[in-house]
Parts: sequence; structure tokens; C-alpha cells
Amino acid sequence: MVVNPLEVKDLKYTYSKQIVLDGVDLKIEEGEILGILGPNGCGKTTLLRNLNKNLSPDGGCVLLDGSDLEQIPKKEVAQSIAVVPQTNEISFSFTVRDIIAMGRMPFKKVMDPETRDDIELIDQAIEATGLQNLQDRRINTMSGGERQRVMIARALVQTPKILLMDEPTLHLDINTQFEALDLVSKLAREKGLTVVIVSHDLPMVARYCDRVAMIHDHKMMCVGTLQEVLTPENMRTVFKVDAELGIDSKTGKQTVFLHGVSSD
Amino acid sequence: MKRKISILVAIAAILAITIVCVMLDLSWISGRDYYSFKEVWDALMGNESWGTEYMVREINAPRVVAGLFVGAGLAVCGAAMQAVFRNPLASPYILGLSSGASVGAALSILFAIPFIPLAIATPLLAFVTCTGTMVLVYLMSRAGGYVKTETLILSGVAVSSLLSAIVSFLTFISGEKLEGIVFWTMGNLGNADWNEIVLMAPIIVMCSLLLITQAKSLNAMMLGDIHALDLGVDVRKVRLFILFITTVIVAVAVAFVGTIGFIGLVIPHILRILLGPDNRVIMPLSMFAGAAFILICDFLSHIVAPSYGTLPIGVATSLIGAPIFIYLLIRRRRSVGWS
Repeated sequence: MVVNPLEVKDLKYTYSKQIVLDGVDLKIEEGEILGILGPNGCGKTTLLRNLNKNLSPDGGCVLLDGSDLEQIPKKEVAQSIAVVPQTNEISFSFTVRDIIAMGRMPFKKVMDPETRDDIELIDQAIEATGLQNLQDRRINTMSGGERQRVMIARALVQTPKILLMDEPTLHLDINTQFEALDLVSKLAREKGLTVVIVSHDLPMVARYCDRVAMIHDHKMMCVGTLQEVLTPENMRTVFKVDAELGIDSKTGKQTVFLHGVSSD
Repeated sequence: MKRKISILVAIAAILAITIVCVMLDLSWISGRDYYSFKEVWDALMGNESWGTEYMVREINAPRVVAGLFVGAGLAVCGAAMQAVFRNPLASPYILGLSSGASVGAALSILFAIPFIPLAIATPLLAFVTCTGTMVLVYLMSRAGGYVKTETLILSGVAVSSLLSAIVSFLTFISGEKLEGIVFWTMGNLGNADWNEIVLMAPIIVMCSLLLITQAKSLNAMMLGDIHALDLGVDVRKVRLFILFITTVIVAVAVAFVGTIGFIGLVIPHILRILLGPDNRVIMPLSMFAGAAFILICDFLSHIVAPSYGTLPIGVATSLIGAPIFIYLLIRRRRSVGWS
């Protein structure tokens, strides 16, 4: 029997008595790029935070390689699962390299020094994300796209099996959105990473994801291939837009054409 | 690389300044008189006259040693609290710890407890009320097992003002014991004798080192709780740990030398402005800078107005610290790093 790298079983989460996730099931397959779609406030970020034990469920469970996250120490979870968080402001003047080096924290005891292997991993990540010339810059002086690349580099340094991305296109310029997801999908294929992207950006998810899960009304509405999930009916129900899945004639890649607000 | 060198230079400079401050504070005689550094050195080595050696080793040294530990402890507490709460105002004093301790001390001075000498009763009661205040503030700001930083600081300010009012009331009705209470609430390094230092120093040193072990986690927490959680840091545990350890340091310091404000707030800020945010650098250096700062304030508080006696050190730390802080804030406002 194949064990899924990450599996969600009947997950329930309530925040101040308000139900955010109401019995969510999801099997994430090895090596895939999975998009979790849903409008703002549907609970998709909450789901993401349950996936790496930042939050603990009120019911059900999350299984990492078949074992319940609740039984695994937080630090060990961080050895397998890295996160590229939303690109929010960082007001402290840490250098890019300082922040990337933090990716080694899950592997360190309190006073362990940086080893040669750590430095090599950090250098590799800096190179992979094209940050060689920026590594001594202070993070609070950087643009959103640059900060996101720093976060991707930090996640790589964590040598994860699973990479979670929270709204990777939010607050970014359009060209930077493509750059970031091009980079992540390339790295994911190279390193055999399993990637979970939480987003409400339909065209981006269609372009970069292998499979899609759609959350509606705090429940998992459907999971499957792009064709199975991104049907005009589903997108109308969940996002209240008139949209259809299609092929971008110039790139030959799948995308979602957004026609406007749904008429009914 | 350039940064590594500048940090090494800063370490050397702060160590040198600390040593100079130790020598300076050891050199006080009386009024505006003080020994030369050579005389102080000889006295320490046992090559001076009986009078000089007595002054340096018996009168000045306990005060200086107490200052070293208290200054170091308070500064590293401030650094840790600002990082853990991601708030530039967080300091042992904002959270009400100092007023908490003051209540205990004032009570012990006002209502002498039978069979227990004042020298033991005051620190003991100050310690108890300080710890009690922290527990109260923490429980007040806990909602559903989760402590919000803003609520914690507001609770601290609220409890602190209540306790300050109680101290003022106790001071008001204290009659001839007024001076004891006032002197204590404004801090006095001279309160500590060798017996107390032997008790205080190991606690402060151990707790400070425990705080420093958390420097890396605190770096991650400064980016935001979510970042720290993503990196496997048990944020709640670290926060509770820092809160507990800082309470112990402050309670011990306040119990023996009274409340000395401003060090925990201003020293880590000055270092961050000069050296960047990395707690692995800031926390250990805060210890030395805090020690140096408290000693120079102590020296000045002795010589500034000798005809009135020694100025309470809490007054000196604020009089000197605040202008330095304001200057740096105005000059380098943009790089302070708090939004």
C-alpha cells in the first residue's frame, strides 16, 4: 500500500466557536504540485497551518508519512515540511543570509554552531534562487518579490520533502508572480518535492498545479485533475465568476479564462 | 565579512568600556574626590595604603560588583523581552514587575515583620510581590490558552499603575519611614552587601545564560510567530520560558538594589541601532553594555551633587540614558527597525 506523504482525515478546526474547517479530507500525492483553491475566508490558510502543526485540529488528524502529526514534535515536523509564507513586511534589518540560514534551525540544538554542510546548503540555496548579489542586503530594504525569493531559499535550506506555499502571488507584481512560481515548480521537479499551494488565483493554479482541491463553505468540495475540478459550474459556485479552463494559445499551458462576475 | 569585523570591534570596544567603568566606579572616595586608576589597580593588588585598600575593596567593590550583575541582568532581560514580544516598549518595567516589587518592599519597610530583620524581609517580600505581579499580568492577558502581546503589555501597564498608586499611598502614610521607601523605589546599588551578592550573582548569571541560549529562536520570533512556528520553534514554550526567567532576574535585582529603570529598555535599543537585530550578538553584548552603563551612572550619581549625598541611581540612569536614546532615535530613526 502506498503511504501518502501527507494526508488529512476528517479535519475539524474551530476558532472562537466559529467553524473554519468542517471535516476536510485530502490525500496529497508524492511529488505532485497541488493547488488548494478557495475564496478569501474559506479556511484554506487555516488548513495549511494545520498541515505543518502550526495549529492543532479540534477533530480529525493530519498524517505525515502515515503518522499522526500530534505525535511528532514540532521541530521534527519542520525537518520534513517547509513553508514559504505570505510576503509580509519584515521590519527588522536582518541580512538575507541571516534569514536563509534560519532554515537550518529545525536540525540544531540550542547552541549548535553552523557546520560546513550548513554553509554549503545555504550557498546552494542562494545560488538556486539567484540571490548571490543580494545576500548581504538587509531584508527590510527589499521588494516583495525579493523577499519571497529569500523565503523560498530559506525553505530549501530546510531540505524538506514537502513545501507549503501560502498565497504565493499575493502582493506581488505580475512578472514576479510568474518568476516565483516558475522557480518553485522547477525546483520541485529537480528535487522531487511535493508542493502544496494555497491560493485564490485561478489562472496561476491552472498553469502550475498538477491537481487541484477546492474548498467551499469550510468543506472540501472536490479534489482531482484540473479538468475534473475547474469546471465552469464549480468556479461559479465557489468564486461566483464566469470562467473556464482552457489552453493559452501562446504558451500551450493550461490557464483559466476569467470572463467576469457570474450572471446568476 | 565587513559586518563580522565591525561586530568584533564592537565587542572589543564594549569590553574596554566596561573595564574602564569598573575602574571608574571603584575610584570614588567621597564628595568629588576619586583615586587615579593606578591607585585603584594597586589597591586591588594589595599594594596600596590601608585606607585606599579599605575604600576600594570594602566600600566601593560591593557596590561595583552588585552593579555589574544587576546592569547585565536587566539589560539582557530587556533585550529578550523586546524580541519575544516584538515590541520596542517591552521591558520588565512596562510589564509591572518593578512596581510589583516596590509594593512588597514598601510594605516590608512600613510594617516591620516580627523576628525577621528588614535586610531579609525587604528582598523577600519584593521577590514575592514581583513574581505575583507577573503571574497576575500573565493570567489576565490569557484568553483561551493564548497570550496576545498587546493585551499582555496593556495588562502590564494597567496593573503597574494600580501598584504605583499603592506605593504612593504607602509612601504618603509612611511618616518618618518615608526616606527608606523613597530611596528604595529609586534604587541604590549600595544596598547590597557581599552576602547578598553571593546569593544574587549566580542566579543572575545562570538566568542570563539561559536567556542567551534562546537567541536563535528569538531571531525567528522577531520575524513573526508564524515564521518561528514554520521553523519548528515552540513559540508558546519559548515565550513562557523567557517570561519566567526574566521575572526571576528582575525580582532578584529589584529585591537587592531597588528599582532601577531604563536600562532594560534603552541598552538593547542602542545596541540594535548600532549593530543590527541579531540576538546572538545583542544579548551577550547587552550584558556588558548594561553593566558599563549602570556603573558610570553610579559613579556620576556619587559625584554630581555631593552636598546632597548620593543621587538615587534610578534618577541617574534616566537622566543620562534618555538623552542618549533620544539623540540616537532622532539621528537614526529609520534604522531602528521597529515599524
